[in-house]
Amino acid sequence: MNTIEKNMLAEIADLHEIPEGAYNIRRNGEAEARNTTANIDIVPKADEDGIDIIIAPGTKRESVHIPVILSQSGLTETVYNDFFIGEGADVTIIAGCGIYNCGDDNSEHSGIHTFHVGKNAKVRYVEKHYGEGDGNGQNVMNPTTVIEVDEGGYMEMETTQIKGVDSTLRKTSAVLAADATLVIHEKLMTHGQQIAETDFTVDMNGAGSSVNLVSRSVAREESQQVFRSVINGNNACTGHSECDAIIMDSASVAAIPEITAHHVDASLIHEAAIGKIAGEQLIKLMTLGLTEQEAEEQIVSGFLK
Amino acid sequence: MLELQNISYVVEDGGNHKEILKNINLTIDQRFVALTGPNGGGKSTLAKIIAGIYVPTSGRILLDGEDITGLSITERARKGISFAFQQPVRFKGLTVRDLITLAAGRNISVSDACGYLSEVGLCARDYINREIDASLSGGELKRIEIAMIIARGTKLSLFDEPEAGIDLWSFGNLIQVFEKLHTRINGSIMIISHQERILNIADRIIVIANGQVQSDGTRDEVLPGLLGAATACPVLTDKL
Repeated sequence: MNTIEKNMLAEIADLHEIPEGAYNIRRNGEAEARNTTANIDIVPKADEDGIDIIIAPGTKRESVHIPVILSQSGLTETVYNDFFIGEGADVTIIAGCGIYNCGDDNSEHSGIHTFHVGKNAKVRYVEKHYGEGDGNGQNVMNPTTVIEVDEGGYMEMETTQIKGVDSTLRKTSAVLAADATLVIHEKLMTHGQQIAETDFTVDMNGAGSSVNLVSRSVAREESQQVFRSVINGNNACTGHSECDAIIMDSASVAAIPEITAHHVDASLIHEAAIGKIAGEQLIKLMTLGLTEQEAEEQIVSGFLK
Repeated sequence: MLELQNISYVVEDGGNHKEILKNINLTIDQRFVALTGPNGGGKSTLAKIIAGIYVPTSGRILLDGEDITGLSITERARKGISFAFQQPVRFKGLTVRDLITLAAGRNISVSDACGYLSEVGLCARDYINREIDASLSGGELKRIEIAMIIARGTKLSLFDEPEAGIDLWSFGNLIQVFEKLHTRINGSIMIISHQERILNIADRIIVIANGQVQSDGTRDEVLPGLLGAATACPVLTDKL
């Protein structure tokens, strides 16, 4: 792995060396390194590109890292990763994709991640998307996340895309059983001519299920963002979604929320706000000695923290 | 030392010239100066002109003899002017610690940041990592705003009605904060206030009304006149 690839790995997975626990590092379409543990198995798929990650019931405080790096310009791949999280397990999964494109062809990674979260299992899933490179080719990432949370299960998803991805369609769908909980935090920043579309669909089918979906985004320069969220309350459940965007320069942002209750005890809330940085926020930080540009950077980085 | 020379501020209001400040001349070198007077008299405008948020229509502002009239908010802040807003600003994502650190202008330890919060009567451990967002009450925000000014420790600190929006119980503590600041500060405090207890600790009181300095002097010279002027509403007394 060269320096650029190592930097990408640090950027997307906070990895500076080979991680502890289970991991699968994918580089330019091939498995670079893999490790399994007594409780976590990683099995390559026979019929398509991708892996099955099988976490034994009751596994506690273990982690799985599955970063993907594309440094070869023009590479297009679709990868299917399926996670089977056993009953009562408590694990952290760190995914992420970094593209370094210095050529003229588009590099494209479509990761389709399916999570089967077992009864009373708890998962923290962190994914970061990052791109760089000085070529004319575009960095394209289309992550799809499919989530099924069984009774009493809990899944927390942190998804971040801050830099360098030219075009992205991020689709997440979830089905929640009784007393299942889903928490999603999305952080997104686009600049230049970038286009980012986010699409969430959550079906709360079980009694006592809940979802909390929070998206914060910053759209700069000429970039365009579309946020869609569909939350269906099909039983006694609670759903909350919040989409908060800072718009700058000549960017455009659309927020299209939809909440539907099919049950009298479904309680659903959506909040959406789009606006520029408030003038008084800039002035306050300037009275502390920051320049206008420094103030803007602080406000944006705090907002996306 | 702050000098205001012939400061005027005119705004256009529906085609009309409205004089908010008329030829203000003041030299401030006392440790604790209170600006008071009726609402709409021009006090906040004057503070914002000193901080560089508004640009005066005419006149000059000198800080320690240097003309700062043409300097930006940032440049004035760096020269040693701090300004506590009447309505503190909320920030999604920035924490109390972030703002105190920015105010101090250097990396400070958690215990330093906690020290500033303790000075304004906040239990630091509960606040240091909280976001400056809608979850904080108006009174808490005011205290954090004051803690930021203490962290800056500049030669001129402007406070725009620090008591506004603070409940009666917190108000007593706030007075103590200012009494303490009065004894400790290395520069000048200029505070806009309507509160007798704040005016009581001022070295000098300036009354601004209708955009002009109406009276100016020591506490003993100005305060009795102010308290005596608080008579009943003339409309009501005429009716009697």
